[in-house]
Amino acid sequence: MVNIIIQLSKYLMILLITAYAFLCFSIFGFQDPDRKKRMLRKQMILMFLIHVLAFVSMYLATDDIRMLAFYLMQVSLFAAILLLYIIIYPKVSRLVVNNMCMLLCIGMIMLTRLDYSSAVKQFAIATASVTVSLLVPVIIRKFKLLSEWRNLYAVAGLVSLAVVLVMGRVTGGAMLGFKIGGENGISIQPSELVKIIFVFFVASSFKLSLEFKNIVITTAIAAFHVLILVVSRDLGAALIIFVVYLVMLYVATKQPLYIAAGLGAGGFASVIAYHLFNHVRVRVVAWRNPLAAYDKGGYQIVQFLFAIGSGGWFGMGLFQGAPETIPVATSDGIFAAISEEMGLIFALCMILICLSCYVMFLNIAMQLHNMFYKLVALGLGTCYIFQVFLTIGGETKFIPLTGVTIPLVSYGGSSLISTVIMFGIIQGLYILREDEEQAIERQRQEKLRAKGSGKGAGAKRRKAPDDEERPQRGKPRRQEKGKARPRPQQRIR
Amino acid sequence: MFVSLFLVMMGYIVYFNLTQSRDFIRSPYNQRQDALADRIVRGSILDKNGKVLAKTEVGKSGKEYRKYPYGDMFAHVIGYTAKGKTGLEAVENSALLTSNAFFFEKFQRELKDEKIVGDNVVTTLDADIQEAAYDALGSSKGAVVAIEPSTGKIVAMVSKPDFDPNTISEEWEELNEDDGGVLVNRATQGQYAPGSTFKVVTALEFMREDSRYSNYSYKCGGEIEAGSNTIHCYGGKVHGRVDLKDSLAYSCNTSFCNIGSGLQIEKFRKTTKELLFDRDLPSDLPFKKSKFALTKHAGPAERMMTAMGQGQTQVSPYHMALITSAIANSGTLMKPYLVDSITSYSGTIVSKNKPDKYKELMKPKEAAQLKKYMESVTDYGTASVLGDAEYTTAGKTGTAEYSSDKGKDHSWFIGIANVDNPDLVVSVVIEASDGTSKAVNVAKKVFDAYY
Repeated sequence: MVNIIIQLSKYLMILLITAYAFLCFSIFGFQDPDRKKRMLRKQMILMFLIHVLAFVSMYLATDDIRMLAFYLMQVSLFAAILLLYIIIYPKVSRLVVNNMCMLLCIGMIMLTRLDYSSAVKQFAIATASVTVSLLVPVIIRKFKLLSEWRNLYAVAGLVSLAVVLVMGRVTGGAMLGFKIGGENGISIQPSELVKIIFVFFVASSFKLSLEFKNIVITTAIAAFHVLILVVSRDLGAALIIFVVYLVMLYVATKQPLYIAAGLGAGGFASVIAYHLFNHVRVRVVAWRNPLAAYDKGGYQIVQFLFAIGSGGWFGMGLFQGAPETIPVATSDGIFAAISEEMGLIFALCMILICLSCYVMFLNIAMQLHNMFYKLVALGLGTCYIFQVFLTIGGETKFIPLTGVTIPLVSYGGSSLISTVIMFGIIQGLYILREDEEQAIERQRQEKLRAKGSGKGAGAKRRKAPDDEERPQRGKPRRQEKGKARPRPQQRIR
Repeated sequence: MFVSLFLVMMGYIVYFNLTQSRDFIRSPYNQRQDALADRIVRGSILDKNGKVLAKTEVGKSGKEYRKYPYGDMFAHVIGYTAKGKTGLEAVENSALLTSNAFFFEKFQRELKDEKIVGDNVVTTLDADIQEAAYDALGSSKGAVVAIEPSTGKIVAMVSKPDFDPNTISEEWEELNEDDGGVLVNRATQGQYAPGSTFKVVTALEFMREDSRYSNYSYKCGGEIEAGSNTIHCYGGKVHGRVDLKDSLAYSCNTSFCNIGSGLQIEKFRKTTKELLFDRDLPSDLPFKKSKFALTKHAGPAERMMTAMGQGQTQVSPYHMALITSAIANSGTLMKPYLVDSITSYSGTIVSKNKPDKYKELMKPKEAAQLKKYMESVTDYGTASVLGDAEYTTAGKTGTAEYSSDKGKDHSWFIGIANVDNPDLVVSVVIEASDGTSKAVNVAKKVFDAYY
């Protein structure tokens, strides 16, 4: 009987998340703000339904009363996130908030299933980091000088990486971080936060100047980041930084030659890494034929594929599979664990939700006029989606394993904090854009008024302080025509 | 750009789940399967005619027993589940623990908290032929493999000494203390010197190196100098003037030593590689690779010994059956298989294996020629007991010395039944035969059972 309820709710959850993922994209096609609001509200309901179904299943399967208590705690957290964001920042992109909660929710369900105590830890960290992240949009909005601290970002990034290199402890072939507060303390992985600092560094540097000399300097510092990460054998993070830099460089310069050169250098470097590092070689061999290399590094990927294969399209149902046999199931292997118990369709929908976040980030980036903010939004977005790609691609044998985690879903304090902050920054940028838009709107009205009363452009300048940071200051007219008009339709909250 | 990357990845995941995931789920490394046993009654294993080779019975207390109605007869190929899993029980573990019963029925059983019945595995094995081979081997140690060369279906696979999988738990310690290797499937994992059956391979290599092989002629004086040794023909016979066909028919050692000393070792190696020596064999069950150890540095004695199937060469009966299959099937080896189909317990087919070409081991012309030579073996040569059978046959006998005990040899036979349109090939080895039990007689009983 219990099994039937679990199986039924499994199918229901698949239906619900499919509807949710569908809304994630169909919302881009509608302009009517009321309609959008309804769709977003529907998403919230869907999320809470999935959440309750999952916990009912888990409670029935385990008969553990803690499940219900923990469920209530989680519901309050998600409700608080949704409410607080909407109340404090009415201008925030609600699609991004919804997606963040949905991904956190999937993560909490799976973590509770896999390891209750990790889930509790994750819950505490999530609560803390969401609280912090609520301040981030304010900071972004108030601190106009964020773009001036290039050197600080460079130094902060490199120093924290170097510290890891020196003090770091070796985990899984890579020096990822160090522990604070003994064995049960929190393990800090600076490379997670460094990703954000790095994006700020590149953005501020390119905002400063796009001359060849400056590009060379920036590239050198970026390469140094990558190098330290490679030396500390955190190849996943190195790869992410590398790709993020390439994308930002391209968007800033519009120069395909740089991309070609970058990809060439990257290809060359990976060949060298393959020959230089044994653990890189092991992973490539394991990727090619994991079953054959089962005892020589293929074990992890084989276990992932067992889980994914056993789950099939619809999954085994919560507590019906054996995700505890998946190595590092809570972090690197969470996609396999989700696929096994909740089904591949569910997992694919989760990928779509991640993609929806990315599309939204791109959307925000494209509409920002300030080069610095634009690059930050783009860099963080790339950072996010590429990490998702590396994790899921690695787990499904699409690409060799790199040992990164799915942001928000996987267990991992540093990753969770940095991702929530990352989302906060992008929300801040979104709000900035809204401000920007309002400023332009005001400007236009000023101009109309100015035309009527015969006043000059002076008034315009005074009333639009944001204007000063615009890179394309010379052509405000074109901007108004080309961009200001279609924007209301594109806006998605 | 990333969006398209993701679409490709999602496409790949869908592709993986549709096509590749089966290979992974079925891997014996996957521990998940055993968890399924809590909700599913392990399915049965059947022979090609539906005779039950293994089934699960539920005792009065609800405890499940795995029952093997044929006892020892299928012990190695079907395997057991009690102490780890072996044989088809291991290979098809996930199929047996998956239920493709009608979903409504599954639902009903779930409601009543009853177990669902797992799928059946229908094998290519034929219990009648297996029985004939099993009985023919008698109390000898050895193995028999019978394959349908046109399809690759494995019809019989016997290994002796054997054990009773019904009582394996009780006898476990005893079986493991036994140093005779009772648990080893000799058919696929046994390693034997091929003896004179290897002369077929040598003949093939000779045909490849010397296009005038049909004019080959050698005068057998009953013995030949091999370095410091002298090699005799079996039984001290003197065959006189022989061509290649006679050499094979009479299994003339001196003639093959003569051929072997002239062969180019690198080319010989290449030919044996093409015949799957030192390579993975296509096999559902665990196997041992065959070894062909001749190198450039080998002296004349080593070369001669290898050419006549002694020396360092090691093969499994299964591998010899595959080579014979290729000869019978115009040079092409069909992918050998043991599982014909998976059906739900009520008989609906879930999946079916179709015959599939594995590899061309030799040219059709070469295979035809070898088959002709092998016909002479049963016609007037060393296997003439098969000469007056009601069906046509071709084959090659072998006697492999294996130890200091000169009185006992491994007795080999590889053979083809119905030569023009081969129905069945067999490969038989009898360990330590004192001359009374001959592999060719076992083969004859298997063929007789088939017709």
